[in-house]
Amino acid sequence: MAVLSDGGRETAEAIIARYPAGRERSALLPLLYLMQSVEGRLTRDGLREVGELLGITTAEVEAVASFYTMLRLRPTGTHVVSVCTNLSCALRGANEVFEAAHDAAGVEQGEDTSPDGEFTVHEEECLGACDAAPVVQVDFANHDRLTPERVVELVEALRAGEVPTPSRGRAPKDFREASRILAGAEETT
Amino acid sequence: MNETPTTRIVTANWDDPNVVGIDGYLAAGGYEGLRAALAMTPDEVIDLVKTSGLRGRGGAGFPTGVKWSFVPQDTGKPTYVVANFDESEPGTFNNREIIEREPHRFLEGMAIAAYAVRSHLAFVYCRGEFLWPGEILDAAIREAYAKEVFGASVLGSGFALEVVLHRGAGAYICGEETALLSSLEGYRGQPRLRPPFPAVEGLYASPTLINNVETLATVPSILTRGPEWFARIGTEKSPGTKIFSVSGKVERPGNYELPLGTPLRTLLEDHAGGVLGGRRLKAWTPGGSSTPMLTEEHLDVGLDFESITAAGSLLGTGAIMVMDETDCIVEAARRLVQFYAHESCGKCTPCREGTWWVSRVLGRIEQGYGRSEDLPLLDELGENILFKAFCALADGAVSPFQSTLKYFRDEYEAHIAERRCPFTGIGPGGQTSTGSSDATANDAGLTEALT
Ligand SMILES: Cc1cc2nc3c(=O)[nH]c(=O)nc-3n(C[C@H](O)[C@H](O)[C@H](O)COP(=O)(O)O)c2cc1C
Ligand code: SF4
Ligand code: FES
Repeated sequence: MAVLSDGGRETAEAIIARYPAGRERSALLPLLYLMQSVEGRLTRDGLREVGELLGITTAEVEAVASFYTMLRLRPTGTHVVSVCTNLSCALRGANEVFEAAHDAAGVEQGEDTSPDGEFTVHEEECLGACDAAPVVQVDFANHDRLTPERVVELVEALRAGEVPTPSRGRAPKDFREASRILAGAEETT
Repeated sequence: MNETPTTRIVTANWDDPNVVGIDGYLAAGGYEGLRAALAMTPDEVIDLVKTSGLRGRGGAGFPTGVKWSFVPQDTGKPTYVVANFDESEPGTFNNREIIEREPHRFLEGMAIAAYAVRSHLAFVYCRGEFLWPGEILDAAIREAYAKEVFGASVLGSGFALEVVLHRGAGAYICGEETALLSSLEGYRGQPRLRPPFPAVEGLYASPTLINNVETLATVPSILTRGPEWFARIGTEKSPGTKIFSVSGKVERPGNYELPLGTPLRTLLEDHAGGVLGGRRLKAWTPGGSSTPMLTEEHLDVGLDFESITAAGSLLGTGAIMVMDETDCIVEAARRLVQFYAHESCGKCTPCREGTWWVSRVLGRIEQGYGRSEDLPLLDELGENILFKAFCALADGAVSPFQSTLKYFRDEYEAHIAERRCPFTGIGPGGQTSTGSSDATANDAGLTEALT
């Protein structure tokens, strides 16, 4: 079965149309985000469908997708919690924040996703917000100056179905919605 | 606090929340620089930017007007402008705040650049993790279309300009201009051989101008106030201002725009509130993690391209990460090299394997398992990586350990001799410190690091 609905296909066409004629392949990243917004990760079917839309092979699509950390080829939580542990955040206690997030989310050692499928937690590189160290992103929305206690509260709020208010901007409700924004799908509908 | 007088160009309106939107920006005199440019010929605009002496803020400091003049006009192919908003150099966060506070200043600069190089299609490559800044930019681009700033006739001039927002997907290397182009074309973000330079053969093998967000956001004021005004600010060879991103162990982390050539002491003490808790400065990066660290003895070095180079480092992105006397330098170097090992695109061996090796060796020294031969080994690994890989990512990876081995070799030696971190007490050499530590993050890698 197709991953994209008819509406989703229209969105895909609109994304492709942003790029010059003959340069459709430039739409590869946004289309992968679009698939990810439907499936919550990228699957074989999703990769194949992107290939069909662009006239390239599934293997070519996969080779690109696997290069980028924000495109997820493995099982992924409803929420992705990214804890920056690069230098400026580490100097301000980010390692403890990461440990606390990892534990609170119930992720096992050496894994990145909790068994209940709620959370993917990973150590992130510098998020370009070092003035607010330590920085955490929940589904790519920023939470500034976190402590281990605050990050545990965040995880618990997410588990309770809340959408925590980020330090700036609006928060997507989950990883899928974030992927939809990243696809630029909002602006074409 | 004694505030020294500052010259603010790019951040001049940052206290005004209304300039996020186009109406507020127009009310504050926005898009006048573009209007002035459109009244000139494109070549006149290029000459004006050349005269100003503006240099790229993305890291290399290449003269902006000269770069614009390299874009050929006789190829018969379309010309593209690509704004580099991938901002991922650790410690750097000024592009993000420019977009969050005043996106139109950047868009205006980009439109001026497009007019100058005669491009009708501009892309903004926005870092994927910048979800919210990307949304602000998306809204700003639509506003600009609605006000006919972009579109078929820019401000009624007859010059056409389309603007497309393109989001990255999490890869530091995509900030490198040729990797960025590969990524924008829908490929893995791996660097390409230069020459040909993007100006000649860039996006879709066509002439392409690539500039950093801060560079472009500086351009409108040069148009409205004149290149001579700009050239008088800063130093002779590094004119203008720079937004310094200050983070780590300071009282007031943040972005501070100051004339180039301002000494770190002024930035640190008069603006960033000094070292956190009144402690002593230990080490700092002048331009992000890729630039060799400097120390307390460099407090009075001017923050401009020439002075920082003379001091043995690079101005890079002007991102100043501050470490104090209580911070372990080996841990800092290990964390930064780990970043490069993680972000290496894998194309070439010195980078892919060298960075991995160095982070292992640093990890074992940090944990108290270092060997006496490890320091000469690190020196050698550094020499085998520096300038021997395909792109500058690998050179950046050498900076954190080579520079700290130079200034803090005794601290590395202490880790090895005492078989523990002198700061945390962690290691087989014993727990003699006061207790708490944050060495846990490295535990998983430890067993492997020992082999
Ligand atoms: C590994 C690496 C990463 C880079 N990342 C960025 C970046 O995130 N943003 C940026 O503007 N330039 C980055 N650069 C520099 C670009 O290649 C390019 O020089 C710059 O965008 C040109 O803009 P400018 O002339 O306005 O400075 C990077 C370079 C390297 C080698
Ligand atoms: S130096 Fe590193 S990042 Fe650059 S091309 Fe080689 S492997 Fe890739
Ligand atoms: S080091 Fe964490 S946001 Fe930059």
